[in-house]
Amino acid sequence: MAIEARGLAKWFGDGAARTDAVRDVSVEVRLGEMLYIVGPSGSGKTTLLSMISGILRPNAGSVRVEGVDIWGLDDDALAEFRLHRIGFVFQDYHLFPRLSTAENVAIPLILRRRAWHEALVEARRLLGLVGLENRAELPPVKLSGGEQQRVAIARALVGEPDVLILDEPTASLDGETGRSIVSFIRNDVLSASRAIVVVTHDARISEFAHRILVMEDGRLTAVRENHAHAS
Amino acid sequence: MPGLFALAYKLLVNDRAKFTALLIGITFAVFLILQMTSMFAGVLKRASATVVNVGAKVWVMDPSVNNVVSSIGMPDYVEDFARSIPGVAYAVPLYSGAALARLPDGSYQPVSVLGLDDTSLFGRPELVQGRIEDIYADNGFVIVDDSEYPKLGSPPVGASFELNDRAARIVGVARVASSTLFGIPTLYTTYSRAVQYIPSTRFTTAYVLIEPKSPADVPVIQRQIGRLGYLALTSDQFIKRIANFYTYKTGLGTNILLMTVISFMVGLSISGQTFYSFIIENLEKFGALKAIGAKGRELVLMILFQATFVSLTGFGLGIGLSTALIALAKMRLASYAAVITFDNLALAFVMVIIIAGVSSYVGVRRVLRIEPFDIFRG
Ligand SMILES: Nc1ncnc2c1ncn2[C@@H]1O[C@H](COP(=O)(O)OP(=O)(O)O)[C@@H](O)[C@H]1O
Ligand SMILES: [Mg+2]
Repeated sequence: MAIEARGLAKWFGDGAARTDAVRDVSVEVRLGEMLYIVGPSGSGKTTLLSMISGILRPNAGSVRVEGVDIWGLDDDALAEFRLHRIGFVFQDYHLFPRLSTAENVAIPLILRRRAWHEALVEARRLLGLVGLENRAELPPVKLSGGEQQRVAIARALVGEPDVLILDEPTASLDGETGRSIVSFIRNDVLSASRAIVVVTHDARISEFAHRILVMEDGRLTAVRENHAHAS
Repeated sequence: MPGLFALAYKLLVNDRAKFTALLIGITFAVFLILQMTSMFAGVLKRASATVVNVGAKVWVMDPSVNNVVSSIGMPDYVEDFARSIPGVAYAVPLYSGAALARLPDGSYQPVSVLGLDDTSLFGRPELVQGRIEDIYADNGFVIVDDSEYPKLGSPPVGASFELNDRAARIVGVARVASSTLFGIPTLYTTYSRAVQYIPSTRFTTAYVLIEPKSPADVPVIQRQIGRLGYLALTSDQFIKRIANFYTYKTGLGTNILLMTVISFMVGLSISGQTFYSFIIENLEKFGALKAIGAKGRELVLMILFQATFVSLTGFGLGIGLSTALIALAKMRLASYAAVITFDNLALAFVMVIIIAGVSSYVGVRRVLRIEPFDIFRG
């Protein structure tokens, strides 16, 4: 099991001002699986994603990734864990505008203390994988939205993570571009030793999921198996 | 670790506009601070030029003297008493005064005159032209070839002029270690001739110069002279006293201090604000780095590196600019007084470190406080 989350809960604020973002949610994600979390805006998807990826500490519950109780780790160990095990694709990419595309992609390797030059060689290889080899020296702002998304994916993948986390990967892309990117992730990024969790409310890409969890008001309300594409 | 610094460096330098503004802020501050303090150091150095040039180890003076040119005449018994102190090898008088020289073209030029003890010529300068014995010749004066020398028309040995309406003749040209502050030429002659040429009050001895038998005798000499009601200072103490006078008893020190503080504040606010907006602009990206797995400590290191890099670069540029400007000023204006001392550099460096420290402290606080979750949520 790649991820086992038990009884996760998260609330913000206290007393009358308290918002329950996630209430008692348990999730399992298998290696080789592409899992979607869908639901209306404000239903707690990002909060859940953050708790299972070691970014947001839950108020209750536990998360095991590849057997490691991640919320039992101290801050440094948790950062180290995210760096080595998890690839993030943020909703608004968060690429550094003053760095070249290749330098952006190299960041996780730089944080792992790899030599600058070596990291850039590897970053260019990843850019080739997402079809952007000829964009390596450009700043991200010179790229289209779809291209920036692919740069963000290359950055998430450069460290060979076991778990890839994507929050609304198609939100700011047109339908065609969104589909091609998710199709690429499903066909070329997913492998037997990797789990992918996607938060989305884009129905156009639902065919690529193995399983879809539906959230409403902080609760898991349905689980749909997608037999059409299950592999 | 070098990769992190390379990353920090690129983030900083690739933001041309902010990087330039940061450099300008720091360079400007360093430049102003150095300019102010080196001007001040130059003034102080020149204010004590006579003390350095004469080279006596111990100076005896009236207790009210706080600056070498405003000497107060002392009665002869001070000199006699000084000679009688056991630790004194010898003691000689020094005359110090001012006179008016009349140039061949009819114009007048004030000059400062030092009268050396007739028998020993103690405190005599090193001659580059002429022989020191000729100072005893009729109307003989030695002129110092410093930045003020041209004001008397750079007279060579043998040149004649009038001093206080009496005939005077140049018998030697001397080099001294330090130029004086007051922008007038310096002449040396014998004590007795100085007294003849320059109208004086009752007492003519400006200073009694003492050579102690050994450094250990100095405290005793000082105590004995003190008992007589006069002040005996080592040359270092005298220089310090003169510096204190210009620093605290004239507007000079206060003004320099004020200007230095203002330069510092201006540099701090330009650089601090620019650095802050640089951090704020990149704050979300730093948050993304945190989410990816950068530790807080690594982000702090990156920011410190950026602050240090820009500060040291600005420091270097500021020193370069000051040095170039002072060199240029000295080329155009021989008597330009500014000197960059180690202390000036150290002061500017400390100020730059404070600027860097304050700027990065603010940045570091912001970066440590961002939550990767907020970045994730967008
Ligand atoms: N930092 C926060 N402070 C207060 N409320 C928050 C915070 N983060 C999320 N919430 C609330 O938690 C709920 C779930 O948010 P989120 O997980 O972002 O939803 P989704 O990603 O499904 O749109 C929302 O009501 C949101 O307002
Ligand atoms: Mg969300």
